[in-house]
Amino acid sequence: MKILDKDVLADHQGVRIVRLTIQAPDIAAKARAGQFVVLMVREEGERIPLTIVQTDPGKGTIVLIAQEAGLTTKLLAGAKTGDSLHSIAGPLGHPTNIKKYGKVILVGGGVGIAEIYPVASALKNAGNHVTSIIGSRTKELLILERELKEASSECIVMSDDGSYGRKGFVTQALKELLEKSAYDLVYAVGPIPMMRAVSAVTKPFGVPTLVSLNAIMVDGTGMCGCCRVTVAGKVKFSCVDGPEFDAGQVDWQELMNRNSIYTEKEKHICRLTGQAQSHP
Amino acid sequence: MKKEPVKIKERDKLSRARDFEEVVLGFSEGEALEEASRCLQCKDPKCIAGCPVGIDIKAFIGQLTKKDYDGAYATIRQKSNFPSICGRVCPAEYQCRKACVFTKKGEPFASQQAINIHFLERFIGDHGAKKGLHLKASGGSKYKGIKAAVVGSGPAGLCCAGELARQGIKVVIFEGLHKTGGVLRYGIPPFRLPRNILDAEINSLKELGVEIRPNAIIGKAKTIDELFGEGFSAVFLGLGAGIPSFLGIPGENLCNVYSANEFLTRVNLMNAHLFPVSHTPINIGKHIVVIGGGNTAMDAARVAIRLQHLAGVPPDTTICYRRTEVEMPARRLEIEHAKEEGVKFDFLVKPEEFSGDEKGFIGKMRSSRCELGEPDSSGRRRPVVIPDSHFEVDCDLVVIAVGLGANKILTSVTPQLKTDKYGDVTVDPQTMETSIKGVFAGGDIVGGEGTVIEAMGMAKKAASAILDYLDRKSA
Repeated sequence: MKILDKDVLADHQGVRIVRLTIQAPDIAAKARAGQFVVLMVREEGERIPLTIVQTDPGKGTIVLIAQEAGLTTKLLAGAKTGDSLHSIAGPLGHPTNIKKYGKVILVGGGVGIAEIYPVASALKNAGNHVTSIIGSRTKELLILERELKEASSECIVMSDDGSYGRKGFVTQALKELLEKSAYDLVYAVGPIPMMRAVSAVTKPFGVPTLVSLNAIMVDGTGMCGCCRVTVAGKVKFSCVDGPEFDAGQVDWQELMNRNSIYTEKEKHICRLTGQAQSHP
Repeated sequence: MKKEPVKIKERDKLSRARDFEEVVLGFSEGEALEEASRCLQCKDPKCIAGCPVGIDIKAFIGQLTKKDYDGAYATIRQKSNFPSICGRVCPAEYQCRKACVFTKKGEPFASQQAINIHFLERFIGDHGAKKGLHLKASGGSKYKGIKAAVVGSGPAGLCCAGELARQGIKVVIFEGLHKTGGVLRYGIPPFRLPRNILDAEINSLKELGVEIRPNAIIGKAKTIDELFGEGFSAVFLGLGAGIPSFLGIPGENLCNVYSANEFLTRVNLMNAHLFPVSHTPINIGKHIVVIGGGNTAMDAARVAIRLQHLAGVPPDTTICYRRTEVEMPARRLEIEHAKEEGVKFDFLVKPEEFSGDEKGFIGKMRSSRCELGEPDSSGRRRPVVIPDSHFEVDCDLVVIAVGLGANKILTSVTPQLKTDKYGDVTVDPQTMETSIKGVFAGGDIVGGEGTVIEAMGMAKKAASAILDYLDRKSA
């Protein structure tokens, strides 16, 4: 559970994304693309899920990437090399079904780029033609560009403000690709509005589209039911039934609502700790 | 002349609902002696058969009356591994106390006059814990170098681990969560089972050499085959009943609709009541509704009303149950405690739909009224919906406590492990051995939701079968 390495991938306009290499030999030995861990930074901390971005079974390490949002990700981002996490359990959730689909498109938005990276690598290794579309608000917030370029047959970079790559949303590039040629799979991870938009774009083309959902979890093993989502009219638990689901069948509004259950509490605790930090 | 039962001391109902400290204070020595003296020491005691693990109740009460507390502890300990825990959480009014000669035949649960066996057990259990009478290793070296894996650290896992470790077996417990205790920690609130009692039991296992590996999810991090590959000679599965059931009605995924498991876990395991000192949040409603009639529903409601008190919200928590009070499966004591603490009860209610506001938070519950019909397979009268009896109540937080199903994390990746139609692990009832040789199971993953003492009974049976299995293997 020791943090062996930490680097800041992006730090701009109050948005900070960090990469941590963590000693977790049992998880490293078993984890496959698409799976996640549930961790606690401190004893009094919250349990949060994070996608496993990379593994090195030989060294017994895994790589996690987190964007500062709530208190727990802030504490994680503030951790130093040599610190130990209070707990980490995994690998959880079903792995991505890696096989030869043919031509696939991976769409990653913001910190979601980190989550499509292991899937892109695995799909490319399985003989697929992988096109990645990665996007961020602005140049400074784009992460893992080099890694995604290596893991893909082609990689399209978008930025909302046009400061880097092409100007526009990832969905624009996705639509253009689908209009030009037939694809066998689209896989998207990012903010809920992005994944919802991806789903809307791919629907008319009839291309199978998977998303990896970021529902709130406690145990991550099916015990609490906090992460339930409605998919094709049925209640599913993201942790044990997912985290990947058919994008066209997800009740996005419900997920968006459920993910904001604790928005007020988050603001409260971040305000408190913010004050604590300014008066050391 | 028949003596009146000794009333157990409890904390004041107004102050106790504002914290999570233990509600029942237990008997003093004098009170325990007085209560024990009521026991008739029946020639043919029925209470023993009423105990799921067959504690020699007559004998331990006899020893208690003679102030032989160590002896009484030893008597209980022959059959029950956790007297301090069972003395607090056993539904005695459905078990030993119901079988007591002071309970009239045909009563649904124990009469008030029945001997307070559970409180006496608690008195003796706490005496044993205080004096360090926990059973020590047997000292034999027969099983030296043999390793056994226990999956899950709930009542079944802890009991099996202790039984095996005492024989000199090296036991490793694999627990999925970051803390041990399973449902004893995430499910049962500290005001019913104080954490120092639970921690003491776990520490006594550690003293026996049991190694505990938290954050280890067997089925994900390791398979059963890999455990055997690592040199474990036998495996015990105490996986618990892991998946919360929901009602399957519209609006159940609205914000602030919690499963009891989530609601209780956030508080009991993650200390959400201490937010923001502890970082796990929980929402608190102005009008809280808990649905269900079991102990979990009582626990959830009593946690809910405490959260309201702590947050300065006028307490308004209601338990809705589809039958009436007499059919409630909860312990009578918990029902009484809930009432005393201000929890309201609405019986013969069948929730039909939840509706919410524009942000997706629950605001109302629409239900039907029921009446009691013919008895069902459980022997309890079945709730029958009265047509056109819909009514609506305001509620901004709902906790659903209507039962649990089997967790399939391990069974789904272990096809050789046979399960029944409920997903529970199938075992030989004599040995608790599963369809995989050397793999045994007990607790809620076998036969569904039960009690702590039933889990313990199964685990003890499994432990003794594991010893037989190891003997045969080495012979």
